[in-house]
Amino acid sequence: MNPFSEQSNLQTRRAFLQNTGTGLGMAALGTLLPQNSAAQTGNHFKPKAKRILFLFMAGAPSQVDLFDYKPELHKRFKTELPKSVSMGQRVTAMTRGRTQLVAPSKFTFSRRGQSGVWVSDLLPYLSTVADDLCFVHSMHTDAINHDPGKTSFCTGSEIPGKPSMGAWLSYGLGTMNKDLPDFVVMPSAFWSGRVNVQALYARLWGSAFLPSRHQGTSFQTTGDPVLFLSNPKGVDGPVRRRMLDALSLLNEKHHSEIGDPEIQTTIAQQEMAFRMQSSVPELTDISDEPKAALELYGSEVHKLGSYARNCLLARRMAERNVRFIQLFHRGWDHHSRLPQNLIGQCRDVDQPTAALLKDLKQRGLLDDTLIVFVGEFGRTVYGQGGLTRENYGRDHHPRCFTAMLAGGGIRGGIHYGKTDDYCYNIVENPVHVRDLHATMLHLLGIDHRKLTFPFLGLDQRLTGVEPSRVVREIFV
Amino acid sequence: MTLRIRYLLAGALMLRVGCAQAENIKFNLDIRPILSDRCFLCHGRAAKDRKAHLRLDQADGPEGAYRTYEGKTAIVPGSTGKSQLWRRINSEDENEVMPPPEAHKKRLTREERERIKQWIEEGAVYEEFWAFEPPKKPVPPKVENARWSGQPIDLHVLRKLEDAGRRPSAEADKRTLIRRVTFDLTGLPPTRDEIRAFLADEGPSAYEKLVDRLIASKQYGEHMTRYWLDLVRFADTNGMHKDFYRNFIAYRDWVIRAFNDNLGYDDFLRFQLAGDLYAEPTRDQLVASGFNRLHLIIDRGTALPEESYVKNVIDRVTAVGTAFMGMTVNCARCHDHKYDPITRKDYYALFAFFNNLDAAPETSGRPRNGLQPPFISLATPEQEKQLKDFDAQLKGLGSEIEQAKKSEGSEKDPKKKKKLVTARKKIDANRKRLQKQRDAFARNVPHAMVMKECEKVRPAYFLKRGQYDQPGEVVERNTPAFLPPLKKRNELASRMDLADWFANRRHPLTARVAVNRFWQQFFGVGIVKTSEDMGTQGEVPSRPALLDYLAVSFIETGWDIKALVKQIVMSRTYRQASVTTPQQFEQDPENRLLARGSRYRMDAEMIRDQILATSGLLSPRMYGRSVKPPQPAGLWKAVSMTGERFRPDAGEDIYRRSLYTHWKRAMPPPQMTILNAPIRDACIARRERTNTPLQALLLLNESEYFKAARQLAHNVLKEDGLDTKKRIALAWETVTAKLPDDRESDLMAKLIEDIKRRYDEQPQLAGALCGKLNMPSAHQEAELAAWTIAVNTLYNLDITKTRE
Repeated sequence: MNPFSEQSNLQTRRAFLQNTGTGLGMAALGTLLPQNSAAQTGNHFKPKAKRILFLFMAGAPSQVDLFDYKPELHKRFKTELPKSVSMGQRVTAMTRGRTQLVAPSKFTFSRRGQSGVWVSDLLPYLSTVADDLCFVHSMHTDAINHDPGKTSFCTGSEIPGKPSMGAWLSYGLGTMNKDLPDFVVMPSAFWSGRVNVQALYARLWGSAFLPSRHQGTSFQTTGDPVLFLSNPKGVDGPVRRRMLDALSLLNEKHHSEIGDPEIQTTIAQQEMAFRMQSSVPELTDISDEPKAALELYGSEVHKLGSYARNCLLARRMAERNVRFIQLFHRGWDHHSRLPQNLIGQCRDVDQPTAALLKDLKQRGLLDDTLIVFVGEFGRTVYGQGGLTRENYGRDHHPRCFTAMLAGGGIRGGIHYGKTDDYCYNIVENPVHVRDLHATMLHLLGIDHRKLTFPFLGLDQRLTGVEPSRVVREIFV
Repeated sequence: MTLRIRYLLAGALMLRVGCAQAENIKFNLDIRPILSDRCFLCHGRAAKDRKAHLRLDQADGPEGAYRTYEGKTAIVPGSTGKSQLWRRINSEDENEVMPPPEAHKKRLTREERERIKQWIEEGAVYEEFWAFEPPKKPVPPKVENARWSGQPIDLHVLRKLEDAGRRPSAEADKRTLIRRVTFDLTGLPPTRDEIRAFLADEGPSAYEKLVDRLIASKQYGEHMTRYWLDLVRFADTNGMHKDFYRNFIAYRDWVIRAFNDNLGYDDFLRFQLAGDLYAEPTRDQLVASGFNRLHLIIDRGTALPEESYVKNVIDRVTAVGTAFMGMTVNCARCHDHKYDPITRKDYYALFAFFNNLDAAPETSGRPRNGLQPPFISLATPEQEKQLKDFDAQLKGLGSEIEQAKKSEGSEKDPKKKKKLVTARKKIDANRKRLQKQRDAFARNVPHAMVMKECEKVRPAYFLKRGQYDQPGEVVERNTPAFLPPLKKRNELASRMDLADWFANRRHPLTARVAVNRFWQQFFGVGIVKTSEDMGTQGEVPSRPALLDYLAVSFIETGWDIKALVKQIVMSRTYRQASVTTPQQFEQDPENRLLARGSRYRMDAEMIRDQILATSGLLSPRMYGRSVKPPQPAGLWKAVSMTGERFRPDAGEDIYRRSLYTHWKRAMPPPQMTILNAPIRDACIARRERTNTPLQALLLLNESEYFKAARQLAHNVLKEDGLDTKKRIALAWETVTAKLPDDRESDLMAKLIEDIKRRYDEQPQLAGALCGKLNMPSAHQEAELAAWTIAVNTLYNLDITKTRE
């Protein structure tokens, strides 16, 4: 008998293994939890969204030029930022001791959509979905440098060693699918900004003290999308299948002799690995996308590793119920030649991000998918380097910046929070990074105070020990 | 279950359950964990957070548990009826019940309440926190089955088993035993010859001889070092911003030698904390002081140097807290510790010891050779001589050039002048060439980053909310008030005083923290499971008396690590078989009761080293620079700020033990992290073990592991005169240290037969697998391919990746 047609016999056993629930990110079940901890996994109340697309603009885009419209600033071109505004606030080592001269945005803004929200003309595609967008202008953070800024945005703490947000969600809510990871990370392989590009770190999607199966799976743009997915050279599907069948029989034999249920888990994970060998390529192969869909995302979608391609993949993952999908797009750190670099960066992200929204909407997925578009902090209203009306740079600014939200549970077409006339200080409804985290968790049906894990003597949580607030005002 | 972490209290409490009725309730073991977890946040030591003027962490005092306030008393010894605490934890009224709903703390379970009831009825006796009292050598427990073992470890374990009505398991068979102890002591599998020798030795001391051989082997030091490197977050890059290369290999080499030479743990600690402060420090002492430099370092950019300086100090203090104190001192950075008696003042008093590094806090640009000042040269006498020769020659050429320039200046004849210039340029070229040679030579001279004090001591301040830019009053160097007092040599305490303080035999934490970690290495989990935290929020010890026995005997032997390790692996407890019923595995998944030998998945490094060793590829070379075995393309570039690309090494380098693998903090090798190796940006005292499909993919498909499978298949086929069955046995034994039984052998034979038929039918597939090996015929290619798959199967067996 041809062993490669014996599969029907084995099918039942495999089906059994598939159904034992030891999926890639099996839900954090009661038995796995610290019995004396207050941790409560699963939803604490009815969620408004099932999944999150976190579009992280690493390097920090300028809120002054993109989101926070301050037309009056033109009258103050190259005037010194009043001390009453800057209030001796800390600046980076790059601009310390320099005069702070106001650099108004050279870009125009328009009212868009029925709601008439202000959007920069640098974002024509996003302007067409303005009524779905919620602009939170009163974001602020503690960090003034990229590394701590990103670490704090992704893990809730500037100091490395804490789990990332996606890991928390995987731990708290478990998996929604059997064949894919709960938490996927896709960094763009290229971008337009010709600037000092900041590094990413594995800790930004790490699991730290949470079990490592909750860590983000980073999709690669070269080679296998998931590391070690492909069979080695000279091993095809049937050979692998036959080998796995022998492997399972041997592992099961050892299980019956040794008694350790961990062996069963090994068998189940090997079967899951085998399933991923088809589910992942099926996910990343976009040949079944209709032409219109591809056109929606723009021509860059044909390039592997582009932000546009990653947006399309994000939609495909959303359809397949990946819980937390995080894109990183770098190249926003515009200390000099900001206008030129910003135009390029906006070209990278404007159309694909708008396409993602539209596409999800068409498929009825926008209602339960939360989209968050934000960088690690904002940029200063005062210029850095040579300052003309046409050309300027901006330094890091943690005191105010803008997050753009859409989808699951978010009220579109609104501005929330206010900054002063200089776009320097928040004057209304401040939202700290941890408030945003609490809000994001809330939309997924999680009380951020209850999603805890005991480590180093504390009930650790994403939002840390400082109080944080759910920004309910922006909910539908 | 995929997850082997059953958390914190659960395990230890389970152990207590069996004996709760038999023994009196003990505050430290039974009650404090409950109070600490549910009550201390509002009724603990932090005065600021204290509610209702009540603290439950102590009995006496105006706010202690026995106090009467507004006519009410929280705890009246002997009377649950009069104890408000008892009423409140049982209340069904939302406004009354403790902990209150808004605290988001779990209610006390019935079993926990029972325990509190018994405690109050027995007199509600408080105890000082166990870990802050010096360990005392316990009286060896009495056991019924005294014939099992007279070894103190075994007596402690057996007593507990007997209390729980259990018996220890039989000794593991010899093959299991040699594999277990060889992995545990060297991180490597036993060879077939070693197995043979052990099986053949039927003498009563066969096992002890084996242990002695392993502890004396060089690989012992390498293996012990690997755990230490996690603990001190050793890495080959700076971990921030541009993540520049850092040259720290001298430190790793020193740790290996220290373990192999069996340097006492007290000096091991002293050298690292304060090696630079000896009157005339040796090179080793200076290299070891690099411990204080293992923190993350940012490179100059937009960060503020004064902030970076503070962050580095915090990182150092956290490391000392985790590695030597087993405490979360970092919690006291912004406020008094909520659970442990560490105050903010204590924190900044410790901080002050590490606030005096004589160096810039940031590195400016790419550090030359990965070295950031202060560092020292470790040149050999020959190297030093050669460098001197270079310098003398360079100086000579330098003055020749000066001389030539002078002559040129005074020469009027243009022709002669031109000649002189040409001659000078020639000398200059020589000098430049020599300089290059010197630089290249100097690059290969080992160096080490070390600790060095500023001459003028930098004052340390209380930092408000832990912020670098909000200094309060000046803080003097000192140790936490709840621990033994610091002895100072001079007016200003030094890190050496601090090191001596740690190494003092009366210090309650140092020895306990160390022995607990070593124990964890041999049983998969410590006596205190939270080996990074022995404070009140950590787990209580599953066997306090055993921990104290080990700690005291460790100190008594002069902090002799090898003696401790030998004692552990010689115990009958350690030698038990790990086979049991599924029910037992489920009841005690982490083997806290020790009614059997432990069984758990090995660390990433051991799995890789095992594959290399069994396939014959492993390089035995020790020490020296970190190496880069191949990894999937594009990983570095995808995260790097500088477009840095990973370039794999080649030849022997890629087969060195995983201990020497280059560790880039921004993107550590996936072969390691997928199997739970930490990123190394924070100190880790224990790894967790999960079981994921990404791990399965790694072990099935990783190209180097697969090549190793092919290599072993090749070795097996090369043996003359063996039939298939014998070849299977050879491969099986090489990989698992066991021999296959008939069923296993048959399954393998059938697999090989089926696969070989497939490859015979698909010669191009077999060709692809064999690559450039140039097998003489398609048939032999198919054969090698089939056997490669067979070995790949062996490498993916659960028993192969597991130490059992």
